[in-house]
Parts: sequence; C-alpha cells; structure tokens
Amino acid sequence: MKFVVAVVAFGTISINANAAEKRKSGYDIMSPSTQALQNDDSQNPAMLWVEDGKALWNRATGDTKKSCVNCHGDAAKSMRGVAARYPAFDQATKRPINLQQRINICQKNHQRSTPFASESAEMLGIESYVAMQSRGLPIAPPRDAKLKTSRERGGKLFQQRIGQLDLSCADCHDNNAGKKLAGATIPEAHPTAYPLYRLEWQGVGSLQRRLRNCISGVRAEPYAYGAQEFIELELYLASRAAGMLVETPGVRP
Amino acid sequence: MARALITIPPNPKRNSVIEIRALIQHPMETGLRPDVDGKVQAQNIIRRFECRFTVGDKSALVFSAEFFPAISANPYIAFPLRATQNGSLSFQWTGDKGFTQTETAALVVV
Repeated sequence: MKFVVAVVAFGTISINANAAEKRKSGYDIMSPSTQALQNDDSQNPAMLWVEDGKALWNRATGDTKKSCVNCHGDAAKSMRGVAARYPAFDQATKRPINLQQRINICQKNHQRSTPFASESAEMLGIESYVAMQSRGLPIAPPRDAKLKTSRERGGKLFQQRIGQLDLSCADCHDNNAGKKLAGATIPEAHPTAYPLYRLEWQGVGSLQRRLRNCISGVRAEPYAYGAQEFIELELYLASRAAGMLVETPGVRP
Repeated sequence: MARALITIPPNPKRNSVIEIRALIQHPMETGLRPDVDGKVQAQNIIRRFECRFTVGDKSALVFSAEFFPAISANPYIAFPLRATQNGSLSFQWTGDKGFTQTETAALVVV
C-alpha cells in the first residue's frame, strides 16, 4: 500500500491512467532506467531547474519590486492547469502565445523587469515550475475560435516537407512512429513533458529547442526561438495530444 | 551557487539501512569538447564528494567518491547508510575552478 501511495504522489504513472489511450507519450517508449529518473523527483535532474523556478517565483524584481507570488499567490493553486491550456490567444497582442511568452508579458507589464531570454536557465526554470503545477492533468487546448487559423497553419507545417532530406514532421512522427531512426525509437511527437531534461542535452530544454533539433536534422533552416511558425506548430501539437496527461518535468533519452 | 537536492527518508527506524540521495547542478565539462569556435573548453568537473555525519563535536566520514570526466552533468549519488542515532549529515562537493559547495541535513531516527 505504501508503494502505491508513493507512486501516486509522484504522479507519473499518469500515462497508464486511461487504458483506452492508444497514443503513446515518449515516456512509454523509453527504457525503464530512464523512466525511473522521471518517476522519482529525488532522482529527476529536471527538479534542479524546478527549484530554480520556485526561487524566481518568490523573487521580487523589476521596477515595481513585485514577485510572481505577489499577484498569483501559491503556484500550486493558481498555476494548476495553466500549462495544459497553452498556447492560448492573447487579447492584447491579438495573436496566439505560448507559456514562455505569457511569462515574459507578465514580467514586462507587471514587474517592469527585463524578460528572460529564450532557453536561459531562468526561463526554463520558471517555465518548468509553472508547468509542473499541471502535472497529471490532461492537455486541454482552449476552444477559442480565434486560434483556429493558427492551429490549421500549424497542421499544414506538420505536413510540409522541408530541408535537403525532404521530410515532413508527419513522415516520421505519424507514418513511422515506433520504428527506428538509427538507434532511437521514433516517438509520436506528443509534447506532454516540456520543458524536459534530455540526457543528450545534459540539461533542460524547451519544446522549441526540440523542434529546432528536428528541423536542422532534416537539413532545413530552423525558425528563430519564439517565431510565429513555432507557436502554430505548438498549437497543432497540443490539439493532437489533447487529453494526454502533462508529465512536466519529464526526462527523455 | 549551484542548486543541490538532498533526499533523506523521513524518520527512519534506529539501526535501519536507509538510502541517501544527493543531486547537484554542475556542467561536468570534460575538457575534451570543442566550443562553437572550435577551441577545446577547459575541464570543469567536480573532483570529490564527501558526506560526513556529525553528532555534537564528533564528526566522521561516512561516504566519499572521486569523480572523473566521464561522469554526466548534474551528477547524482545514492548510497546506503545505517541510521544509528540523531545527528547532522553534511555533504560537500569540491572541484575545478575552486568549486566548493556544502549542504547539511538533519538525520532524525525514531
């Protein structure tokens, strides 16, 4: 009984929670030893970034000397389910934004501080901390009609053949998922655990870092961090993975 | 200062064997990899890890490890310890470029 309680507390048997689920998270296809790293917060190296994020959440900064906690209170309550909804439509800028951009907008408008750079330790820390509050919840893309065209563009990008290898995302992740690409199993490309600790990176990285890896892998020129194309792809991927459970902070090989 | 996570099972039984876990943020740069300009980056690794158990003014080394370049970034160490009495555990990592970090945690047996 004790064992069961411990596993539920870490919330990472999530993947098997829905027996009818046919889609596979990257977690399901990785080795038991890598799964063990993600299962246990005391072994998961991504928790170091989460701890950084927690410190940032409570740190007063910027011209207003405000911290995240001043407005949002306890992240465990206020941020529960937030990451599962992103990307979402931003009324002020009239475009879809991802979680990192939401954090930067908050910093700019409410803290009046310098936004964190993409892939900086600070950004990955605070994003991991916020996203972890949604761990175990289903990915729930907003049913906002304003997101429709962007999401469709993302779907087209997913099907678009690019690069010298002339491959689309779908060629590998829809048509050949589960087969091998060199030594690695091709995952179904569900963004369930970002930001995540990748053993290859020896650190935590964002979904966009992963997408840039794939794009340069097919010998195409990657979009810049924060590019609209990436947000559209993220929107499409979130709708494709809707209902799968958030695993952040994940570990991948 | 690097971030470190120490995990000690809460309230272990006296004389039971428990697993102590220590995870620390560190690049563990091997000294063999070129950077973006092709220049080999200087080695920057943790050289030694030590855990001492202290009761009052008496202190004993209970575990130590030497680290080498093949050890991954953000190294994780787990080791067994017999929890004989209440005291304090101190963890110290030392390495290149004058790296040193100490964390302490209380051991409370029941």
